[in-house]
Amino acid sequence: MGPLAEGVAAPPSSYAGLTTGLAVLMLVIEFGMLQATLLRAQVRLYAAQSVVISILAVVVAFARSVPELYGLAAFSVLLKVVAVPLVMLRLLRRTNQEIAASRALGVASMVLLAVAVAAFGFFASARFGLAGPVLPAATLAVAVAIVLVSFVLMIVRRDVVSQAIGFFALENGVSLASMVVAAGLPLILEVVFLFDLLVAVVVFAVLIRVHHEQAESLSTETLTELRG
Amino acid sequence: MTTVLVALAVVPLLAAVLALLPGRLPAPAVSVAAVAAGVTSLVLALVLVPAAAAGPVAAGFLRVDAISAIFILATAFLYATTAVYSIGYLRGEHQRADFARYSRLFWVGLNLFAWAMLCAPLMDNLALLWIAVEITTVVSALLVALDGTRRGAEAAWKYVLIASAGLGIALLATIVAYSAGASVLGPGYDLAIAPLLGAGPMLPPSAVRLAFVLAVVGFGTKVGLFPVHTWLPDAHSEAPTPVSAMLSGSLLAVSFYAVLRYYQIATAALGGDFPRGVLLVFGMLSLLLAAMYLIEQRNLKRLLAYSSVEHMGILAIGTAFGAPLAYAGVLLHVLAHAAAKGNAFFGAGVLVRAYRTKDIERLRGGLDRLPWTAPLFLLAILALSAMPPFGLFRSEFLIVAGGLGSERFVPAAAMVALVTLAFLGLSMATTRMLFVPAETGPGAASAPRREPSAWMVAPMIVGVVALLVLGLHPPDTLSALIAQGAAELEGAR
Repeated sequence: MGPLAEGVAAPPSSYAGLTTGLAVLMLVIEFGMLQATLLRAQVRLYAAQSVVISILAVVVAFARSVPELYGLAAFSVLLKVVAVPLVMLRLLRRTNQEIAASRALGVASMVLLAVAVAAFGFFASARFGLAGPVLPAATLAVAVAIVLVSFVLMIVRRDVVSQAIGFFALENGVSLASMVVAAGLPLILEVVFLFDLLVAVVVFAVLIRVHHEQAESLSTETLTELRG
Repeated sequence: MTTVLVALAVVPLLAAVLALLPGRLPAPAVSVAAVAAGVTSLVLALVLVPAAAAGPVAAGFLRVDAISAIFILATAFLYATTAVYSIGYLRGEHQRADFARYSRLFWVGLNLFAWAMLCAPLMDNLALLWIAVEITTVVSALLVALDGTRRGAEAAWKYVLIASAGLGIALLATIVAYSAGASVLGPGYDLAIAPLLGAGPMLPPSAVRLAFVLAVVGFGTKVGLFPVHTWLPDAHSEAPTPVSAMLSGSLLAVSFYAVLRYYQIATAALGGDFPRGVLLVFGMLSLLLAAMYLIEQRNLKRLLAYSSVEHMGILAIGTAFGAPLAYAGVLLHVLAHAAAKGNAFFGAGVLVRAYRTKDIERLRGGLDRLPWTAPLFLLAILALSAMPPFGLFRSEFLIVAGGLGSERFVPAAAMVALVTLAFLGLSMATTRMLFVPAETGPGAASAPRREPSAWMVAPMIVGVVALLVLGLHPPDTLSALIAQGAAELEGAR
């Protein structure tokens, strides 16, 4: 173990390449969520992103012998790949709505904005010199980019399901960051965090249903009564 | 003492479970259980006061020092008074078709909400603190939506989304704090607060700086600091009134408690300048925004919500002054604000019930119509405007004196000016509601001169007594507790 040497000239080790690749894959999926028009597709993309982070946890657990991460991977598959998407898909079946509402920005400007924000996060995170024992520093930069793009997703999309998914994706970004800088975080705390996510998902689902009953759509464009 | 800590973390949960029991306890038993849990929590918090003034009390991962004892006391006080007030409040909801379900959910939610808020300051662990604050969010968001109105649903959605996103940032802060702690204390570090404070200057400065700013923005979302306060007026105005009182009086304070812990860590690691600068900017902007919105506010409960933004700004500014006097003022302010804002919302709830509107323009002649509530509401507003002889006068005086003492002349003067502006807005609206006689129009004459419920008046009398005690002569043990808390914020432990 020990911090990985990040040589400029030397090619990265296959471990560094694999883990960074998985992290970047998460970011790519995040961009897919940003653009997905079908709400169902967005939920599936979230599940895919959760699969990738679970694989990453297994890779780290195996290659760097951090056995706690196996447990974390198991819990996160159960919760983020199975439970959360199930709750959301059931919700979509009940509300009988397929297509997301209009966005605040066109696709092109939205993606450009997200790219700019992601680049900002990517370079800003390097300034803090945070490095973890098990993952290359570049993965932290990717995690910060994922968090920031999740914010773009929550801001730009105008329906409650996309906004909720944006929050769950934000949590995936934070999980990735925690694997980089806090790989040794006691498993019990990680599990409590995940349990907390489950509670949040249930509450989000309840409030989405309440919203749907009141507004008879999933769009947030009617949420303009309270101001001042 | 350890039993007291455990009991505090269990009693409200028991009341919630009682309300949830499938056997369907009769409704009065559920409300009696909630009141009993509230009063018990208050007694337990009072028992903790002398103990925590003498030094930290710990039991496992529960730990109470003088700072956390203050926040527990404020929360327990509001829990007890709100539980009593809720009995009267729910009597006015009897006409609802789904009353049985409504009242059950209300009591479950209220007890769970109080439980999470009491647990947050009890936790000697940044991760568990974060989780407690997150639980307060999800429970209170459901309570905001409880009335089942369209506006309630809108407020709840905005609240849960904005607050959860904020707490996502706070979770990043927690993780960065872990990384900072683990780099000094080894990988077995579990995010306990005391060792992190002990490690102080050895912590890596850039990580601590990052964690502090993330914590101020993240937890600050729940405190209601500008510019992440936007959920606050919506949630406070649309929630059932007892919930508004607890949101404003204790939830914001408990979230500020989390900021205060990160402030302690940051000052231990970096010295005071950086964290104080950050808090001063957020505090001043919050105070400025609140003062502006208070002037022409048309909705009674939003008026009180912006007053909460004002007072949270004052807490941030007081902390930023960094003087022992100002720290003592901040801690006293937490207690006094809980009592005063609780009373103000209790009074507003009675007004809203009597007039069936939150629109300030349509609330007139309160003094003619509500012989008890109107004067008590007036006293609460005067207390919120930091008029003597109430507790907030003393606390704001201490804060300003601390600011002047540490030669922060401009911020101290700006604070006084903005607080005066806020007073103007609050007092104009209140004068119109209470003193301007009701116009003779349809519906106005039919109003009876009668209080809706004695259950709603009694907690306000208790609140006024508490405000007077805090303002005129705080008991010696409480003064000792506040002094000890100020010393802990100074860096002594």
